[in-house]
Amino acid sequence: MAVPFETISSLAKQLDAGYVSARELVEDAIARTERLNPELNAVIALDKPGAIAAAEKADKARATGATSPLLGVPMLHKDIFCTHGVQTSCASRMLADFVPPYDATVVKKLNDAGMVSLGKCNMDEFAMGSSNETSFFGAVKNPWDLNRVPGGSSGGSAAAVAAGLTPMATGTDTGGSIRQPAAFCGITGLKPTYGRVSRYGMIAFASSMDQAGPMARTAEDCALVLNAMAGHDPLDSTSADMSVPDYSAGLEQSIEGLRVGIPKEFFSSHLNDGVAATVSAAIKELEAAGAVIVDVSLPSTDLGVSTYYVIAPAEASANLSRYDGVRYGYRCDSPSDLQDLYLRSRTEGFGEEVKRRILIGTFTLSAASYDQYFMKAQQVRRLIAEEYQSVLKDVDVIAGPSAPSTAFVLNDGSKSITDMYMEDVFTIGANLAGLPAISVPVGLVDGLPVGMQLIGSRFGEAQLLNIAHQFQIRTDWHSLTPDLEGLTG
Amino acid sequence: MKWEKVMGLEVHLQLSTQSKIFSSSATAFGADANTQTNPLDMALPGTLPVLNHAAVSQAIVFGLGVGAEIGKVSRFDRKNYFYPDLPKGYQISQFFEPIVKEGVFDVPLEDGSIFPVRILRAHLEEDAGKSVHDAIPAHTGIDLNRAGTPLLEVVTEPDFRTAEQVVAYLKALHALVTYLGISDGNMSEGSMRCDVNLSLRLEGETEYGTRTELKNINSFRFIERAIYVEAERQQDLLESGQSVVQETRLFDPDNDETRSMRSKEVANDYRYFPDPDLLPIVIDDETIERIRDALPELPAVKRGRYTTELGLSQ
Repeated sequence: MAVPFETISSLAKQLDAGYVSARELVEDAIARTERLNPELNAVIALDKPGAIAAAEKADKARATGATSPLLGVPMLHKDIFCTHGVQTSCASRMLADFVPPYDATVVKKLNDAGMVSLGKCNMDEFAMGSSNETSFFGAVKNPWDLNRVPGGSSGGSAAAVAAGLTPMATGTDTGGSIRQPAAFCGITGLKPTYGRVSRYGMIAFASSMDQAGPMARTAEDCALVLNAMAGHDPLDSTSADMSVPDYSAGLEQSIEGLRVGIPKEFFSSHLNDGVAATVSAAIKELEAAGAVIVDVSLPSTDLGVSTYYVIAPAEASANLSRYDGVRYGYRCDSPSDLQDLYLRSRTEGFGEEVKRRILIGTFTLSAASYDQYFMKAQQVRRLIAEEYQSVLKDVDVIAGPSAPSTAFVLNDGSKSITDMYMEDVFTIGANLAGLPAISVPVGLVDGLPVGMQLIGSRFGEAQLLNIAHQFQIRTDWHSLTPDLEGLTG
Repeated sequence: MKWEKVMGLEVHLQLSTQSKIFSSSATAFGADANTQTNPLDMALPGTLPVLNHAAVSQAIVFGLGVGAEIGKVSRFDRKNYFYPDLPKGYQISQFFEPIVKEGVFDVPLEDGSIFPVRILRAHLEEDAGKSVHDAIPAHTGIDLNRAGTPLLEVVTEPDFRTAEQVVAYLKALHALVTYLGISDGNMSEGSMRCDVNLSLRLEGETEYGTRTELKNINSFRFIERAIYVEAERQQDLLESGQSVVQETRLFDPDNDETRSMRSKEVANDYRYFPDPDLLPIVIDDETIERIRDALPELPAVKRGRYTTELGLSQ
């Protein structure tokens, strides 16, 4: 009998040795989800028959000699990935009843690798949010403190892994949506290089930045999952036509002599003191492992947030136009005419934050403001990307905090919309520049997890995973788990 | 007072590819409603466009056929507007950087002379679907078979002064594209659709007047008539001291009149921006030369050869 909080690599060994079957694992995971989820609200669709069938299939495959580190391992998908025959809502009323007739490429690849999907994770509506409070299905609670947010937008995925429901969940990251919730929930989350993982079947938010990645307990597990997720997809023209390295192969390499750049702008006034001290201690740990710490500068860091909040809403305003009440999705009751159908379906089907961003994007793309906002933001985006590229010529990776603070309290009325947008200040740069980045747990402040972010060069995922793994060999922060025994559902 | 017509043309050519411009669905005409659709054509969430390179090759063939410059790097943009037959809520088109740039297309007139028409640009885009008003009682149906069919929109400078020139251009264009095999040019099936931008000015005047756009006139005969009727209407307005409103008008052959479709002043701001789902189309010289070498002898060249070498009349 497996216990919660096991890693994929540990479960794979137990499965291979016959200590446990995939069927037992999935039943345990379902039972634990059913017990804890009523409080956590991390999972919004549970596909028990599908999961049990997939587990049985994995057990059969293993019995006939198949072996793969992912075969029979339970997992969850962020509800942004289309899953054939299973609700895919993007946590929106607009798609609350939508059941796709196809799988996203990420879903297909993980199915093909034999992973057992239990269902779908809660998230911010259409991935727009940093707290998971914009979900139509209600907020997710942070397993470390049920009064606090898990972060967002992949908050359900992060909470599910942190609570030990499954050892891995998929996430997507447009401005920090994997890394910030990973940090808040004390798990490891990787946002790959833009183009590394196919976006086909992943519901679009901001197409030029959206990227899928694994959220798991360790860097080692992220490597195992990325091996299966990554690769060129003829169905996504922006996916990179490059071979996929074995991300597990280089994990044990020494990081002796590796140059780690610390941007002074990441330790600015935005940063909470406890988080600053914890991340600094982690950087010292990297130094103890032989890394060379270098002071660097990314002077346009503060421009990132405003740049992002022009470009992402602009793309979103077009991406979300298809939700018009005509072909599928939410449709208002008895529309009087076409205009009424559009107006009320979209007014009633979308939540406040989604509507705000559609309005912002519609405004910044309008003829009167295109040059002033959209074009300007594209120019600043290029500037930011160039700053990152230039720093990454001098150092191997950039390190800093994943988020300005630890998990904040739910329904915090004192946090303005722009305060919320500042949550992404350290993560947005990697999205604007298309770079890979990982968040690893590096300690607790007042009992809440802190994440350190490592940003690498394009297609440098192997190096990020190597450093994160070397850090995790030397520390136990990733093994800490929240106390959930009080939760009986 | 003598009025002069000034006209520019926008012709939508349906390219003769087997599948749609961004999806693998078939493009054949006349199939049952929504049988030639897949998740992308229906704009289901998460689907992504993948460019059909046959459409790109045909656009290059066209560009070479009208002696135009081929854009070495062209891009796709999103044209945003809501309409039930437009499933994504935006049309993928080429606004900022079209694949075919300026050129001059020599059009033979009936008197044997050559009328050079300046091509401003030709760009690739996807067609919309169709609203069907008679299939379901009290409802409008949507047929997305046509949605995503590759179109080449050919835009001319305002070079036309007579309806005869317009018809001669369209006939020459029709002959060219059918000869090159890049479109069947079938006007009744909508494979070749023509919009005429028309304004009037007093002869000798250099400024253009306010124009109207005559939409989707689907036969050569109707074009001549539509131009005549609309020019008469504008002339009546101008001569009675009124002004022409810039708008889109539809020719109604049954009543022999043009009718306002929508005013351009309240028309959409299309909010064009580069489509992040598609990479730029990059065309190298080698590709252009390869396509040029495979072209059949162009009608204009053939005409020239027949008249000079064989001594035949135009």
